[in-house]
Amino acid sequence: MTTTLPKSDELSLDLYRQMHTIRRFEEEAARAYAQGKIGGFLHLYIGQEPIAVGASSVMRPDDYLLTTYRDHGMALARGMSPRAAMAELFGKVTGCSKGLGGSMHFFDVEHSMLGGYGIVGGHIPIAAGTAFASKYRGEDRVTLVFFGEGACSIGDFHEGLSLAALWKLPIVFVCENNEYSMGTPMSRTMSVEDVSMKALGYGMARDRFFVESVDQVREHLAEAIERARTLSEPTLVEIRTYRFRGHSMSDPGKYRTPDELEDRKKKDAVLRARAELVDEKGLKEAVEKLEAEVEEVIADAVRFAEESPEPGIELLEATTYSGEFAR
Amino acid sequence: MTVMRYREAIRAAMMEEMERDSRVFLVGEEVGHYQGAYKVSEGMLERFGEKRVLDAPITESGFTGISIGAAMVGLRPIVEYMTWNFSAVAFDQILNNAAKLRQMSGGQLTVPIVFRAPNASAKQVGSQHSHAMEHFYAHIPGLKVLAPATPADAKGLLKTAIRDDNPVLFMESETLYNIKGEVSDDPDLLVPMGKANIVRPGKDVSIIAWSRMVHVALEAATELAKEGVEAEVIDVRSLRPLDETTLVESVTRTHRAVVAHEGWPYGGVGAEIADRLQRLAFDELDAPILRATTLDVPMPYNAKLEQHVIPGVARVLENVRAVLYRS
Ligand SMILES: Cc1ncc(C[n+]2csc(CCOP(=O)(O)OP(=O)(O)O)c2C)c(N)n1
Repeated sequence: MTTTLPKSDELSLDLYRQMHTIRRFEEEAARAYAQGKIGGFLHLYIGQEPIAVGASSVMRPDDYLLTTYRDHGMALARGMSPRAAMAELFGKVTGCSKGLGGSMHFFDVEHSMLGGYGIVGGHIPIAAGTAFASKYRGEDRVTLVFFGEGACSIGDFHEGLSLAALWKLPIVFVCENNEYSMGTPMSRTMSVEDVSMKALGYGMARDRFFVESVDQVREHLAEAIERARTLSEPTLVEIRTYRFRGHSMSDPGKYRTPDELEDRKKKDAVLRARAELVDEKGLKEAVEKLEAEVEEVIADAVRFAEESPEPGIELLEATTYSGEFAR
Repeated sequence: MTVMRYREAIRAAMMEEMERDSRVFLVGEEVGHYQGAYKVSEGMLERFGEKRVLDAPITESGFTGISIGAAMVGLRPIVEYMTWNFSAVAFDQILNNAAKLRQMSGGQLTVPIVFRAPNASAKQVGSQHSHAMEHFYAHIPGLKVLAPATPADAKGLLKTAIRDDNPVLFMESETLYNIKGEVSDDPDLLVPMGKANIVRPGKDVSIIAWSRMVHVALEAATELAKEGVEAEVIDVRSLRPLDETTLVESVTRTHRAVVAHEGWPYGGVGAEIADRLQRLAFDELDAPILRATTLDVPMPYNAKLEQHVIPGVARVLENVRAVLYRS
């Protein structure tokens, strides 16, 4: 590791606050889903929070981010308000995509969050395109794009990497390898276990680690971002992680054993971050204070979502085309 | 006769044909170990083993191409997409290879293959997951397109499709998988392609529909009966080949027609039916043919807006009243 990032209690508390916010946000979303207040698909990010928070914390505010349908954590980490996020899940006009996108399609252009996408792999070339635009305009802005290991078999992944390497685009491809593509373990979707090896064929820099802490995510991604920003060269980073919930709310998760799940939950980096703050740094009071604040923020977001109005039909045509509707 | 669900009827058709013909195999995402994303292929892996029930990684273009190649040289694949939306990734394979191989080889090759998946809207799954893809595929010479509404037709038509020597695209519906109906146990009972079915006779107006919309049309017909209007409901079942004879005969009796389908109004199978009827039964018509379709916008997530965009009973009634000059 060439980079050494500054560390402070204040920063550690802030990173923990963000991870805890995402987790509590999604736990409440799951509850609202069970109550029928949220419809369609809901893919929870629980277990993977250190990646979104670590990544966003080493990005510049104007660096672009694109991700999959599992997008709540990324959006919140980028700075989307929990109100706008929860309202989107509730299908309200105050939501980040006016209630038209739903869980899978969180967009917040103001925070350089260029979306959650529903077709596996489809957003990878798009992300490369945003990096292309940055380079074209002579900016030193970087793009980060996130996807699961399940996406590494599809053509768009390879075409996106191929072009980014050929055209030296300022982008970091981050594979959040949570070991399962829906119900299929990676051993049955890939002929190699090491996803980062896919970079070799494109002559692209690569990195790979098993996530243990948000600091570690920061160190690794800061280096890849630096490479993109200063050399305009892409990197493929594989981060081994685990999701604690089903693929989506409709997945009972029968393909893995309760023992495996329990074992992985013991390694939960969010709880470990908390333990470190409380036990090692003696910041119990500060942690409890911020947790109480997060409860208030989440409760406020749910209240806001519930009370917000729904989008009207006048939005449908107006959001289909820019300018006049083409008939 | 056995009463079974639509999903069980599809499974029965696949299993009977796989028992009958060792060249038939099933490939798709989560079809094996997970038992099918919508449990259509439940139990099939246990029965036929991994050689004939293959879990594919997220590689729609790849496993479509592999199946077309295998079909060219004598196998008879059944390709399942998790939903038809994801077939867009494989569109080129279907358009340029499956549909074209026979003609461009001067008739030397045939491609006996079935592509099947749930189609059209589900419930609040948003703009990228709600496409009615039959319109795109029915446009293409070289392909056949089926869209059954009942368990009996699902079984009989799928068996016909598997035995056909051409590429057949089979449109199911997540909203129909649970419906029950009587289904023949005769392993040799086939429902022919290119035959529409009059599911409710009437003399005042023809409502022409397929898949889920047949059920909506029947509901509309019940409403209309209360107003003294006898609507004839036709389940087209087979979109290509299209049974013009039954459609023309119906309109010759009723003199008015509404085509009710999911999918956008611009072009599409509804427009094709309207064109054929005005050409073949011009003198019989007492009103322009109208179409009750999905509105001309991408599918919004918000539940109320989604219901507004999808064609329902109200939109069918509105169009029927218009052709009856009753609005
Ligand atoms: C092209 C395409 N095929 C299939 C799907 C259905 N699908 C959605 S997510 C998913 C699994 C993706 O797994 P992975 O890439 O590992 O990401 P994770 O969900 O684990 O975050 C599948 C098969 C899809 N959305 N797009």
